[in-house]
Amino acid sequence: MYDLATAALDTAKIRGASYADVRVMHLRQRDLTTKNGEVGTLAQSESIGLGIRVLANGAWGFASTDRLTREGVAACAAQAVSIAKASALAKREDAVMAPENAFVDSWQSPFRKDPFEIPLETQLALLLAADAEMRRVKGVTLTETDMQFRKIDSWFASSIGSRIHQRKVITGCGIVATSFHGDEIQKRSYPNSFGGQHALQGYELVESLDLLKHAPMVAEEAVALHSAAQCPQKSGTLILGGSQLGLQIHESIGHPIELDRVLGQEANFAGTSFLTLDQLNKLRYASDIVNVVADARLDHGQGLGTFAYDDEGVPAQCTDIIKAGQFRGYLSNRETAHLVGLKRSSGTMRTESWNRLPIIRMTNVSLLPGTWAFADLISDTDDGILMETNRSWSIDDRRYQFQFSTEIGWEIKGGKRGRMLKNPSYSGITTEFWNSCDAICKREDWTLWGTPNCGKGQPMQTMGTGHGASPSRFRNVRIGTAFSKQ
Amino acid sequence: MSPPRKSSRTVNVKAAAGGRQQLMRERELRGIVDTVLRLAKSIGVAETEVHVDENISALTRFANNAIHQNVAEHTLNVSVRTQVDQRTARATTNRTDEDSLRAAIEASLSLAHSQPKNPHLLPVPGRQRYRGINRFVKQTASLTPEDRARAVRRACDLAIKRGQTAAGIFSSAQAQSAMGNSRALFAAYRDTHAVFSITMQEGSAASWAKENAASVADIHPQQLAERASEKAHRAIEPQELAPGRYTVILEPAAVLDLVGFLFYDFAATAVRDKRSCFNERMGKQVLGKNIRIEDDVYHPLQLGAPFDGEGMPRQRVLLVDQGVPRNLVYSRASAKIAKKQPTGHGFMLPNEYGEAPMNLVFSGGKASLDEMISSTERGLLVTRLWYIREVDPYEKIMTGMTRDGLFLIEKGRVSSAARNFRFNQSILEMLRNVEMMGPAVRATGEEAFEMVVPAMKVRDFHFSEVTKF
Repeated sequence: MYDLATAALDTAKIRGASYADVRVMHLRQRDLTTKNGEVGTLAQSESIGLGIRVLANGAWGFASTDRLTREGVAACAAQAVSIAKASALAKREDAVMAPENAFVDSWQSPFRKDPFEIPLETQLALLLAADAEMRRVKGVTLTETDMQFRKIDSWFASSIGSRIHQRKVITGCGIVATSFHGDEIQKRSYPNSFGGQHALQGYELVESLDLLKHAPMVAEEAVALHSAAQCPQKSGTLILGGSQLGLQIHESIGHPIELDRVLGQEANFAGTSFLTLDQLNKLRYASDIVNVVADARLDHGQGLGTFAYDDEGVPAQCTDIIKAGQFRGYLSNRETAHLVGLKRSSGTMRTESWNRLPIIRMTNVSLLPGTWAFADLISDTDDGILMETNRSWSIDDRRYQFQFSTEIGWEIKGGKRGRMLKNPSYSGITTEFWNSCDAICKREDWTLWGTPNCGKGQPMQTMGTGHGASPSRFRNVRIGTAFSKQ
Repeated sequence: MSPPRKSSRTVNVKAAAGGRQQLMRERELRGIVDTVLRLAKSIGVAETEVHVDENISALTRFANNAIHQNVAEHTLNVSVRTQVDQRTARATTNRTDEDSLRAAIEASLSLAHSQPKNPHLLPVPGRQRYRGINRFVKQTASLTPEDRARAVRRACDLAIKRGQTAAGIFSSAQAQSAMGNSRALFAAYRDTHAVFSITMQEGSAASWAKENAASVADIHPQQLAERASEKAHRAIEPQELAPGRYTVILEPAAVLDLVGFLFYDFAATAVRDKRSCFNERMGKQVLGKNIRIEDDVYHPLQLGAPFDGEGMPRQRVLLVDQGVPRNLVYSRASAKIAKKQPTGHGFMLPNEYGEAPMNLVFSGGKASLDEMISSTERGLLVTRLWYIREVDPYEKIMTGMTRDGLFLIEKGRVSSAARNFRFNQSILEMLRNVEMMGPAVRATGEEAFEMVVPAMKVRDFHFSEVTKF
């Protein structure tokens, strides 16, 4: 593969590129789903190709091809240079990159059981058994299960001499029960909504979830929600379960800190950010118990944002984002790092596939564990609502105002979990919300959740990101607005 | 990994895949289809279906009044579905040598054999007849990076001249799909499309304009830049209004990105699964009497193939007439269950979703945007919506934000800009409250597929909270 990559780099140089990097990628994916006791999707795919990014005349060009011959990649590299020269027709200044070392390395994400080696019959049997468990519950009208496995090999080569091979194995799995009754559709998911949990792990992730044990409870709660009380509309105390808090982090911290957004490069599509450059090291983003990092290192966990090198050849790093409530850092790349006073990229350039340009992406943007035991957090709460498992999410294009709803809520009264609440939702302004955080649970309750479907860029790219979180408490939050009628 | 095995026999010459400017000829696609069918037959596969999809596209992206990303790609995927003994599965590859195609067939077979029998699985369909559609425009296919750069340069120059900042895209693409199966069905379709989208920022204000069409001649970058620039200037110094219910005038992009969320509710499978908002509401007065919705891939403002994922010809379907949901769309499987005819809206098998209408066409009215504004005592003009998500699937309550130009209307005139609102609004209720409509146009936004919808004046639209800008 490096031969092809080198051929592309050589052509780019001959054609006038001052810098070039190449990614040859081989992506394999298997998808299994069931619905109402029958197999739904059963498919696998593979794709292999090469993408080359070049800097010529001070401007960028990118081209990709699946024709993996010397002639094919040379034509592709020449096209990328030609595109870069066209870009220079509408440039304002030359692109400049922060220095980086050349690395020659090979890395594989750890896994115990290769999901592609587990018999399909075993995988389907588990999903169908979980599906059957959910359908045993009267009132359930739709049951769905899914598994998704990915194996991604990438060979990175750059004109500064890097040669990096990485192999990642990714697993996702989840189950959902839906119940239609009267004029309501209610549903419950395990272990999370939108496909369940996803991580940089092998089949051991599926086995750790114990789907059969949880399936009956998921189904029972979906049905019980119909007779639950409506979540009230008020300002009050909110406790978020870990997976919901993970998405809250994703939307109200992860996206605003992307430096391409901050600099206006996503203004037409994904939006910009309220975290203008003058806010760095000045903004009180959150209460002083809040510490958030962007950590792509394996030390942080096997998340969807874990790797050894980003797709620009920069080693994985841990960056302080919020430290004791203070805003400390952005997600940067080699082109933008100097704008925030960094001598080096924070290593967050990632690409969906060989035919997509790497762009700044979240890695694992996580809230570090706090000091509370979950039981103590509940017993310390006199009047509040616990919300779990995301149902909808939305935030404005500068990442100030958000609204989330969850599948289920629980009333907390006098330090005890009380009745179930349906249609829970909450909303707020990002910094006000994070400044209202007064309790974060310990590492025992901390999970590195996977968000597999983060869309960004044009052409659109879907990327997996990781978000470590433990249940946490927030005060004076607007609750129930999504169902208000005024 | 080891490099891909060298082909023992080259099926097709991807003559200039790296930097390729032209799609393969239809006979070349047919050659791939025929090769897969031949290979499958040689190893005794009872039924086989093949899809070949090719795409050549390029996208120039600009921000801060300069091009910052500029990309091109060529992709070709071959997707094989085998069906044996009431079992089916799919495998997809982007390699077209015989070894790779054989490997895809074998992978599909292996997946298929691993599952229980599905008694509802139908044999692949036989030959079908399709209506011809010509949506391939050479001018679009031949657009160069220099053509796009020059148009972007002019738009950025306008922004600079007016003290504004431009960001956006100019893209062009040509794509084709062919499918065939072991019962001699063969279908092929190609089209082109171009997109220009621009956001103009003036201080903290912004506005936006976008067009999407088969022909680049129908894309007007400088007019779009002018429109976005003028609205961005009008959007400065927005006033904060109280949340509540307002009469709104939704421009077509705003209408599209809301009503686009209805598309899957018209699927027979969604209704059968009881997750459609039309479950137990078919034949009832759910929407206003002025609402008529069809699915029509043949509409002159639509794009899309005249066949579905199973190779069935797409039918025009009247979905809503005078506010009453009348018909659903059907795949072959859901049609058999419902004792109906398939409508040509099925997804590629196997899948759990069944089908959906992808070419919604709303009947519009005759009112101009100016007439809607002048008839409004107090209301809001909405340019576009953003980050729309479903809050309640049965009442079809959606949440989201206004974006890039929200304007207060007082006494029949736009009086000022307003800070952006969050809405929590039932689409069903909204479509009962439509007071005026403009002509239906090919609308393009960011949340839904392009569809043909009008601008709408809607009473009592629910804004629940306001943001900071």
